[in-house]
Amino acid sequence: MSSQTPSQTVGPFFSHALTPSWNGRPPIAGTQLADERTPGTLIRIEGRVLDGAGDPVTDALVEIWQARHDGAYPDGSDTFYGFGRASTDAEGRFWFQTVKPGALPENGAPHVNAAVFARGMLNHAFTRIYFSDEQAENSRDPVLASIGPARRKSLVASLRDSAGPPVYDFEICLQGVHETVFFDA
Amino acid sequence: MTANQILNPRDWSSHPRQAHPDYKSTLLRSQQHPLVPLPQSLSELTGPVFGHCGLTGQDADLTRNAVRDGEAIGERIIVAGRLIDESGRAVPNALIEVWQANAAGRYVHSQDQHEAPLDPNFLGTGRALTDSAGRYRFTTIRPGAYPWRNHPNAWRPAHIHFSVFGTAFIQRLVTQMYFPGDPLLALDPIFNATADAAARQRLVAGYSTELTEPEWALGFEFDIVLRGPQATPLES
Repeated sequence: MSSQTPSQTVGPFFSHALTPSWNGRPPIAGTQLADERTPGTLIRIEGRVLDGAGDPVTDALVEIWQARHDGAYPDGSDTFYGFGRASTDAEGRFWFQTVKPGALPENGAPHVNAAVFARGMLNHAFTRIYFSDEQAENSRDPVLASIGPARRKSLVASLRDSAGPPVYDFEICLQGVHETVFFDA
Repeated sequence: MTANQILNPRDWSSHPRQAHPDYKSTLLRSQQHPLVPLPQSLSELTGPVFGHCGLTGQDADLTRNAVRDGEAIGERIIVAGRLIDESGRAVPNALIEVWQANAAGRYVHSQDQHEAPLDPNFLGTGRALTDSAGRYRFTTIRPGAYPWRNHPNAWRPAHIHFSVFGTAFIQRLVTQMYFPGDPLLALDPIFNATADAAARQRLVAGYSTELTEPEWALGFEFDIVLRGPQATPLES
């Protein structure tokens, strides 16, 4: 048996390696997971990362992993890879353009899995992004049911009241009263 | 790992505490609520596949992948090792990304204000897929130590950042590799956030005569261990 290699912080200087588009280098993955040709409903997820003082975290990295529109997880064989990566901007904002994931009966309500990394985080934090317009599915989801109603809200992205393609807002609070639910899976 | 096997939990005796006051940036960014237990499902046990990336050997040679008009400056080194899980099994075809400061201790990043020269022929980023035995290998320049403002006269020990994927999203690991014999390790709050001394040593590469190439480059060995499968398979 071997023992796990310890986690260390991503630090402040990851962008030339992990989100290098600004530098003219092709990224492994970016903020646009899908376009009009991708089967499913094209959506945007827009969010901010905030610290314990409510200030924007301007050097965070957010990664997402999600199912296809039919609920199946990509296995590398189709053009939708299901993985995205974004670094936060000067206001702590990030966004993804993707398709809304479907749900499989054994895997709960539709959701996007997320991992948050930043300077000052010695371990990354796992969370989930559920959708506010999936109330029936959400009410049956065992993971959401395992969390008290006050904190449960932190996992549900709100559908913005706007024309055009659906936009969901999702705030990630690293610490404090409004702290996002983070998981130990 | 075979598909969708339940994984061992994160080993919190190996990983650092999230709140570590000696590392000032944790004060407003560490979580105060306990993590919520999450049963492992397909969401956790699947993960992105990176075979499509089209990486070449050049991506793993940091001394050549950003050359403009000359050679990268500094002490050439080879950093290689195996990516395995806790059961000792190789993790093949896994994406490893690295990034680091140059020989003078400076990153190619707008927020790095250290008064040290940039090297126009060195970007300090590399990526590779592990082979069928879980092996990876980078050629690079030994990074310099650099100052930071965590406490008076604070210097980060020389390190290379590693970003690693397993086959499951919850195997994700971001870590840092350090160099043996560095006197700054004992003073570094990030390195020492891991309480267990044996676990800390797993972050320190070993000098390797086998990896060292005569008349060319020193070799360092750094094996990386991800969460491994529990004995009980996932019931579907």
